[in-house]
Amino acid sequence: MSRERAAKLRLLGLESGGIVLALLFLSPFYFVLVNSVKSLGEILVDAASLPKTYLFSNYAKVWDVIRFPKVLLNSFAITAASVACIVIIGSMTAYRLVRRPSLFNKMLFGCFIASMTIPFQSIMLQLVRVTSLLELRGNLPGIVVCYLGFGLALSVVLFHGFIKGVPTEIEEAAVADGCTPYGVFWKIVFPLLLPIAVTVVILNALWIWNDYLLPVLIIGSNKDLTTIPLAVTRFFGQYTKQWDLALAGLAMSVAPIVAMFLLLQKYIVEGITSGSIKG
Amino acid sequence: MSWRKRASEWAQQWIFVGPGLAAFGLIVLVPFLLGFYYSFTEWNGLDMDKAVWIGFDNVERIMNDEKFWKSFWFTIRFTAVTVAAANALAFGLALLLTRPLKTRNALRTIFFLPNVIGGILLGFIWQFIFTKGFKTIGERTGWPLFELPWLGTPGTGFWGLVIVFVWQTAGYMMIIYIAAMVGVPKDLQEAAKIDGAGYWQTVRRVTLPLVMPAITVCLFLTTSNAFKMFDLNLSLTKGGPGTSTQSLAYNIYAEALVNNRYGLGTAKAMLFFLFVSVIAVTQVWLTKRKEVEA
Repeated sequence: MSRERAAKLRLLGLESGGIVLALLFLSPFYFVLVNSVKSLGEILVDAASLPKTYLFSNYAKVWDVIRFPKVLLNSFAITAASVACIVIIGSMTAYRLVRRPSLFNKMLFGCFIASMTIPFQSIMLQLVRVTSLLELRGNLPGIVVCYLGFGLALSVVLFHGFIKGVPTEIEEAAVADGCTPYGVFWKIVFPLLLPIAVTVVILNALWIWNDYLLPVLIIGSNKDLTTIPLAVTRFFGQYTKQWDLALAGLAMSVAPIVAMFLLLQKYIVEGITSGSIKG
Repeated sequence: MSWRKRASEWAQQWIFVGPGLAAFGLIVLVPFLLGFYYSFTEWNGLDMDKAVWIGFDNVERIMNDEKFWKSFWFTIRFTAVTVAAANALAFGLALLLTRPLKTRNALRTIFFLPNVIGGILLGFIWQFIFTKGFKTIGERTGWPLFELPWLGTPGTGFWGLVIVFVWQTAGYMMIIYIAAMVGVPKDLQEAAKIDGAGYWQTVRRVTLPLVMPAITVCLFLTTSNAFKMFDLNLSLTKGGPGTSTQSLAYNIYAEALVNNRYGLGTAKAMLFFLFVSVIAVTQVWLTKRKEVEA
């Protein structure tokens, strides 16, 4: 009995320790939220306590200055279009690489794997050169092609690993029934790839949504395509030390991805787990 | 094979693989291979076609570039400290959150949360905390730790980056460790308990060897992310004060896009690629040897 009680007490102690640590983890968000509705004067005097008056005008002002709806839409459009391309083209490529392991296809797969060690910095300067030549800079299709190129390797590897486990019998039966090779892929194989497609979507969406350097280089010159990380960085450059506005802007910019995470966390956690174990 | 069949095979190959190959080739392969050429040129980025071949001059310049080697050591130190800290914290959290706690799921969510936000935004958030938040806490509590000029000196700037990076990364690694720990067979842990092993002994002798594959993955991910750290560096310290907290990735960025020396920047970037590959290969080789089967 007393032993059981000791174990229960220990568990309670661990639980409280965990909660304290969690609050510590959350404290940065507390600072941002609380100070985002204060006046600059109040922030400078006291950055820790709750606001005396709630100034939601900070949010209204930043909303217009960084053109938040436009920027949010850009981030969303770029992420969605890139992820869609990565899933469709990545799965098609992987399917062929698995089903027809010719020498060329084996070498290509090797290239995909090897390319994953190349850091972005080792490509970016020459990429600016290449994309300028091909007129892929400053427009939406251009940045989508860039994300497709960079996101493909990991996605092909993930799809490849999954497709290897898909039995070929169903495909053979479909071919015998007169289905074309393209029909076999779209109607039979692609729907089976859903679990790994979720992983591919999540890993790529988180990366693209938060990415900074590639958009700066590829669409930085076109103000109409500014994404959230770009807008916030530019805003910080202009409004240094204006913490009242800066924090409202940060809270606003962090909100969509945090909301998305809380909504889809089950899938996100599962996606990341299977992605890092297979990847 | 009939002509028709061969044509159909050929069409399938290019319809399935063509678009991916084209994007990958244009965006990754071609620029990467061009890097070997541009590394040996003087190139200012503005006149894109006016790259002048200068042989090994860039290599020599890098050898004598004190700032580059300073950021190299900074990056090595940063990587060593954050890999150790992030994995220790993540492993501890995973041990804690695989126990039957009531708030287990909520806690997992909270520890993972910083990870979904990008380095740029996190850096700006922590810039406020280090400069204004800590100041207020310092005034209230009188604890000298909070009264330090956190982003104002090279030493504290380094630790500032470490703190934010660990805070951001630990949750991700925790998820991977939890998945691995849940997969450890219960009967092995029971057997250890019956044999009289305590909690920590079981962790060391049973859990740790069996989650070795997860440790391989996590060490690999943290090392490569820490070594390539850029976004956080840009938004939290801007490499400052001076260039004292400049990571390698930031040094390359500044050389090319601030100083407009694209040729030299490319040479540094190719060297950077070499470092990353060497680290990746050794690490996988080292940890793979330690994995055991259940």
